[in-house]
Amino acid sequence: MRSSSTSADRLTRLLALVPYVVARETVSMSEAAEAFGVSERQLQDDLNLLWCLELRSPDPYCPIDLSYEGGEITVSEAESISRPLRLGADEAAALLVALRMLAELPGSAERDALTRLVAKLEAAAGEAAAAARQLSVDVDPRTGSLGVVQRALREERRLRLVYYVAGRDENTERDVDPMRVLVVDGRTYLEGWCRRAEAVRLFRMDQILEAEVLELPAEVPAGAERRDLDGGLFQGSASDVRATLELTPSGRWVADYYPCERVEELGEGRLRVVLLTSDARWVRSLALRLGEQGRVVAPVELAEGIRRDAERALALYA
Amino acid sequence: MSRRKTDRLLHLVVCLLATRRYLTAAQIRQAVPGYPESDEAFKRMFERDKEELRELGIPLEVGAEEDETGYRIPPQAYELPELHLTSDEAAVLGLAARVWKQTNLAEAASGALFKLRAAGIETDPEGSSVLEPRVGTDEPAFPALYEAVRDGRVVSFDYRAMGRSEPQRRLVEPWGLTSGRGRWYLVGYDRVRRAPRVFRLSRVLGEVVAQGPEGAVRVPEDVDIRKIAFEREERPAERRSARVRLRRGRALGVRRWAVSVAGVDEAWDEAELHVWDVEFLAASLARFADDVLVVDPPDLREAVIRQLKGVLS
Repeated sequence: MRSSSTSADRLTRLLALVPYVVARETVSMSEAAEAFGVSERQLQDDLNLLWCLELRSPDPYCPIDLSYEGGEITVSEAESISRPLRLGADEAAALLVALRMLAELPGSAERDALTRLVAKLEAAAGEAAAAARQLSVDVDPRTGSLGVVQRALREERRLRLVYYVAGRDENTERDVDPMRVLVVDGRTYLEGWCRRAEAVRLFRMDQILEAEVLELPAEVPAGAERRDLDGGLFQGSASDVRATLELTPSGRWVADYYPCERVEELGEGRLRVVLLTSDARWVRSLALRLGEQGRVVAPVELAEGIRRDAERALALYA
Repeated sequence: MSRRKTDRLLHLVVCLLATRRYLTAAQIRQAVPGYPESDEAFKRMFERDKEELRELGIPLEVGAEEDETGYRIPPQAYELPELHLTSDEAAVLGLAARVWKQTNLAEAASGALFKLRAAGIETDPEGSSVLEPRVGTDEPAFPALYEAVRDGRVVSFDYRAMGRSEPQRRLVEPWGLTSGRGRWYLVGYDRVRRAPRVFRLSRVLGEVVAQGPEGAVRVPEDVDIRKIAFEREERPAERRSARVRLRRGRALGVRRWAVSVAGVDEAWDEAELHVWDVEFLAASLARFADDVLVVDPPDLREAVIRQLKGVLS
């Protein structure tokens, strides 16, 4: 996590560039530029720096000899920088923590390859792997259907799911054309074209009760758009319901767990939050679960519905 | 870093890698172009350059050469060890960079991939497109706490504990960071409270100050960061059972956790549930309103009634 990013990056890139070409004998400019995420012009400037490298003492000599004539890079002399630099602590942490997390997903088709890769990288990183052991990302292990879902993705076939919708307390059966699997902040989801809703839907892997690969090809419509995760997993839609809740200090966790449109301190640790949801029934079940930790203040009809729910439930005990 | 400086550092690395003997500052000055004329200015610049190389993780070895301090970079300490990946291992490597997209670790992840590609490993820059993993590091305290954990330095920060309105200053030996359900937690030894503690990063206020030398924090050998962070309370050894009526065809969520479910009459089924934590189970059952009726034990029944009355209060 260095601050002088682009400049230090350049030296790192220069040191990696020579071994990159050496390992492949010859590489086209366009391929190398893509691999290092730079423009061909920038790459050419990098190569010029390396080519001009000259040590002046005791006798002047040029340790690196390369050419990029005709857009093909070759290195005929690389000497001491023919191998890449070791992984640093941050680099080892970034790789190992991410890969270990993915290796923990039960049912994943890549689990075996991930586990082997982690072991090899740990060995290669040596001491630099120490920081990676102090960092971890917990994943929800309830991903039993992941293998079936990944098979459908690989074979581009339709899935039939039995899916539990918690907000409505319903098991629903639906056919879904899978698009991809998301693992976001420890939770695993299937993103796919739901043929019942005729829209792209996100299915939590832990709420998929059954998954079956059908003998039908997946037909994801051309216009079906994947979520842009850079804006966060949950993006409100125009049809969403806004619910306002007032929370006591012990109910503050709601603001941490659910995406809130607004959070306002009311003093003495109390909060007012505005939640966005596609289904008001979900807010009802949240309010019942909260008990005296919080209450819904708007919309009024929703608040009344919740009171009636609680009254009916209490009547069972009368 | 200017092009000139990059060029000078590149010369310095190549020069120090090529030598077997330690090179003195004077020898380095002669071999590497771009150092200033004045002795003072050279000394300052050389010091900064050494620091720069260390920050990049380049192992600079200091030794004595004819009674003078000398420098070299031992190739075996510099070079990435041989690494051979099978095609399925190489195929999943790219996923690692996707995990940290748009976070503080994004640069480190792509830097690591550059090096591995330079070692001859073929990775798809985008990785598999059917698996999209992401972990956020949005909490402002993340970068400073990550560095403190990595470097083994003691930290202090203002922290607003759950249910408290006033923040308090904490002095902590950081053991590790872990993320669960989208939130990062710091686990460490709280020097004031003299006990291990868990801190949620979203409750850290203002700046995190690292103090003292690097390597001062000793992480206990047998410590399990995630266990401390996510299983604060051990499950009681003695597990109890509950009997709960479920409206037929309803309370499907409860049926998922039930040990067994059997029909009672036309309107109701009865389920047996395990009870670990009465309050937690009561809250989870209240969610199903009048689709659930607790028969037994009495304390669970009371807890659900309290919960429902709480909704009305």
